[in-house]
Amino acid sequence: MTRWMDEEAGPVVRPYALVGGRTRSSGDALDLVALVTATGTTPSGGFVPGPEQERILALVTTATSVADVASEIGLPLGVVRVLLGDLQDHGLISIGRASASERILKEVINGLRAL
Amino acid sequence: MDFEPSDEPVALKILIAGGFGVGKTTLVGAISEIRPLRTEEVLSDRGIGIDDTDGVEGKTTTTVAMDFGRITIREGLVVYLFGTPGQERFWFMWDELSYGALGAVVLADTRRLTDCFPSIDYFEQRGTPFIVAVNCFDDADRYDAEDVRSALDLDPDVPVLMCDVRRRASAKNVLITLVEHSLKVLTASQS
Ligand SMILES: Nc1nc2c(ncn2[C@@H]2O[C@H](COP(=O)(O)OP(=O)(O)O)[C@@H](O)[C@H]2O)c(=O)[nH]1
Ligand SMILES: [Mg+2]
Repeated sequence: MTRWMDEEAGPVVRPYALVGGRTRSSGDALDLVALVTATGTTPSGGFVPGPEQERILALVTTATSVADVASEIGLPLGVVRVLLGDLQDHGLISIGRASASERILKEVINGLRAL
Repeated sequence: MDFEPSDEPVALKILIAGGFGVGKTTLVGAISEIRPLRTEEVLSDRGIGIDDTDGVEGKTTTTVAMDFGRITIREGLVVYLFGTPGQERFWFMWDELSYGALGAVVLADTRRLTDCFPSIDYFEQRGTPFIVAVNCFDDADRYDAEDVRSALDLDPDVPVLMCDVRRRASAKNVLITLVEHSLKVLTASQS
């Protein structure tokens, strides 16, 4: 049974029960540092956000990274991605990502020096 | 014209790679606020010897704790550090981790230099800017950066530096070296 437990892994669980066994492919707009922001609109098509999704919506009133959402809500990333995908499909959040420019990188270097 | 609204929030991703026990977790903790983050590994049915044809309900996952740290440069500009999980069965996570990453720090231990070969190969192939930071353990022999460079067969433009990741100042210097390198790569690609 050592396959099931090791230093970097916890016990075997079934977090996918929360999202009906669904997964979502990675590498798309739900990158770990993509920024999630609530749109503030009412759900379309009779969609009712679940309790975890309500917690997410309360958290992302200001732009919050996908990784921070998972960390704050305390759910594994894959589950959070599915919850976010549903919110996005119903127009309740927008997900964006700004790329690094020269100016930003210089700012980061100076910011790190000042730490 | 270069239009950049200054209030658009930016989140950047830096990876910390290297073999088991090389100091990845220590580095993230020395320089940033460590935050709990879990991801899940789906155990393939074949891998665990269960002949499951029921579909998704039968999917078994194990959660994996990741090294995850955050450095706030200013409001709206945050740098995230992610430790890459060392074990081979976590390779599936590397692609998503390195997607859009600013760069990677490959930590090396001179007593087990070959441990960082897979990381170096990966970032070279992927085109992710990276540096090699040699974590100087107390009982390891001292080498200079050029010895390490030739032992690892690194391109001349890949920065190599010595560090002690337990020290915040040293960890900071490692990150600055990486971002300066990423900036150089970015500038070169634009000219
Ligand atoms: N002497 C010494 N010990 C270190 C150094 N960096 C890490 N360690 C220790 O080495 C062990 C493994 O470090 P860790 O950060 O957990 O490695 P990881 O597996 O890469 O995350 C820990 O007990 C650290 O305290 C170092 O620079 N010098
Ligand atoms: Mg570790």
